[in-house]
Amino acid sequence: MNLILAMLVILIVAALMVVFSSRLLMGAISLAVTSIMVTLLMFKLNSPFAAVFELSICAGLITVIFITTISFVKPVAEEDLLEIRKRRIKKYMALPVILIIAGVVMSFVIKPMILALPATGQETNFANVLWNLRQVDILGQAIILLVGVFGIVVLFKEGQKK
Amino acid sequence: MLALFVLIPLAGVLILNLLRFDFIKKIACWFGVLLTLAQIGFVLFVPLDLMASQSGFFGRYFASNFTMDSLSKLMILAIGIVVFAAIMIGQFTYSDDTKRFNFLNLILLALAGMNGIVMVSDIFSLYVFIEIVAVASFVLISTYKDKLALESTFKYIVLSITATVFILLSIAIFMLISGNTSFASIGDAAKNPGNSTLVVIAVCLFICGAFTKGGLVPFHGWLPDAHSSAPSSISILLSGVVIKVTGIYPLIRIMNITGGGGEPVKNILLFIGALSIVVGALASLGQNDIKRMLAFSSVSQMGYIVIAIGTGSALGLAGAVFHILNHAIFKSQLFANAAAVEKQTGTREMDKLGGLALKMPVTGGTSIVAMLSISGIPPLAGFWSKLLIIVALWQGAHYTYAFIAVVASVITLAYFLMLQRKVFFGKLAQGLENVKEAKFGLVLPALILALLTILIGIFFPLVYNKLILPIQSILK
Repeated sequence: MNLILAMLVILIVAALMVVFSSRLLMGAISLAVTSIMVTLLMFKLNSPFAAVFELSICAGLITVIFITTISFVKPVAEEDLLEIRKRRIKKYMALPVILIIAGVVMSFVIKPMILALPATGQETNFANVLWNLRQVDILGQAIILLVGVFGIVVLFKEGQKK
Repeated sequence: MLALFVLIPLAGVLILNLLRFDFIKKIACWFGVLLTLAQIGFVLFVPLDLMASQSGFFGRYFASNFTMDSLSKLMILAIGIVVFAAIMIGQFTYSDDTKRFNFLNLILLALAGMNGIVMVSDIFSLYVFIEIVAVASFVLISTYKDKLALESTFKYIVLSITATVFILLSIAIFMLISGNTSFASIGDAAKNPGNSTLVVIAVCLFICGAFTKGGLVPFHGWLPDAHSSAPSSISILLSGVVIKVTGIYPLIRIMNITGGGGEPVKNILLFIGALSIVVGALASLGQNDIKRMLAFSSVSQMGYIVIAIGTGSALGLAGAVFHILNHAIFKSQLFANAAAVEKQTGTREMDKLGGLALKMPVTGGTSIVAMLSISGIPPLAGFWSKLLIIVALWQGAHYTYAFIAVVASVITLAYFLMLQRKVFFGKLAQGLENVKEAKFGLVLPALILALLTILIGIFFPLVYNKLILPIQSILK
């Protein structure tokens, strides 16, 4: 239970970082952390397939696409960062409060509901799902990461030269 | 054994980068050429049973993930031919060794991704491999890093991610009804009448994603910009095979395993196909940039493929797949010709060109072959695939769509005649007096592809029996 609580706290902090961060790259990385936490929670809830897909898409592919896209965007000047950060905090200050209120309200609403867990007999071993059943996806994601690395090297290296 | 189609290009990239010497950078493209030639030879000369064998280390590993049928085999052949042409053109158009080396690395990774797409037997794996090709394409399109290239890349990224959302929603619904993401499970679940509504929704969502990736009207916004702003070798890759492998092939596969979702879905395909044929052809007429015209022409030709899939018949499927192969060949050749013209004259604007046939006879001659083939003139390859499509439409009693397909073919001939007249015929344009034929390496791919177009046309019965007819057996 404590582990799940810790995961939820990290998830919320990472999710807030996505909104509050003034750097796009930090936002993308925070989103990946949020996805990793969701993955772990899904795994704890006996849904390894959903966990593997969450890890594959959100923490893997989407992050690579975001970082590739960010590499096309001109970074914000250092002097403007502080101003953006202030504006961002002012704009979304109410968000953590709303989140806490929503959490409290939902804890009363959802409590009586019974979550449907996967039927017995379905594969629940995360490692088996990841390495045996979805091995080709792992290969695909390794190639995507390699493409992302090449993309960033090609785009950034040339940019630095200029 | 099938895993080698993905693992060898991947291993090639890793080895080339470990040996990152100047000498390796110079000869790296030839490695790519050899690899694609090996892929073409393998597909043509090794029997399907032997290729799909699950014995040996590579046969056992990934055995349950990769499969090959006659459709995958033909797609692998088309991928091999187009990537061969793209690497050959890249070899002679990139002046800088490092840029050429980076281009090769990315094109080999895209090759691994495309080979994976046509061999996977799971819808989620299909999505993962589609993304490999998409991310590689983002980087390859933006190679020049000028305003137009970056703008078109950004447009492509936004539309590609939108397509991804549609495809993921579709996958979620398929998983909901089948409890799994393998094609076999989805096929079984789709047969259950209780799932019919969800199947139609999932197929429609998937179609939206596939149409965007394939550049069909009205999802084609990214295609003309991306294809015209990318380097010519990349335009060959995009127009020749990427839009087909990431857009059309998944569409055929999903339509096949789910039974197509019924008549309403087929009507959508027929309508969008016809719309793309007409809009692409009319837009081509108004272009002045050669590559932009070819890009709009690709939209029109994708329409022919989709309209054929929409017939839902075995003949329609055969016509669609045959047109995929033919279009891969002649559109790659037309982009290769455009690359030669741009390299020798420094421009792609048709108004500034003219009379090049005398100065560049090989480029001019081969472009006539491709033009006649794409316009459906007998006995070239394009005639036979268009004939199959029109006969399939007629047999399915889709007379209006058959009429549109015939009329649009005439418009295709009109805009390609305009291209020929402005670029290769007439008086020699000012400032082009000293233009010479492009290097042999640059015209060689165009010569090979023109020869292929002629041979496929002449030996149509043989090609049809050996490569196209077996594809009808995948219909369920």
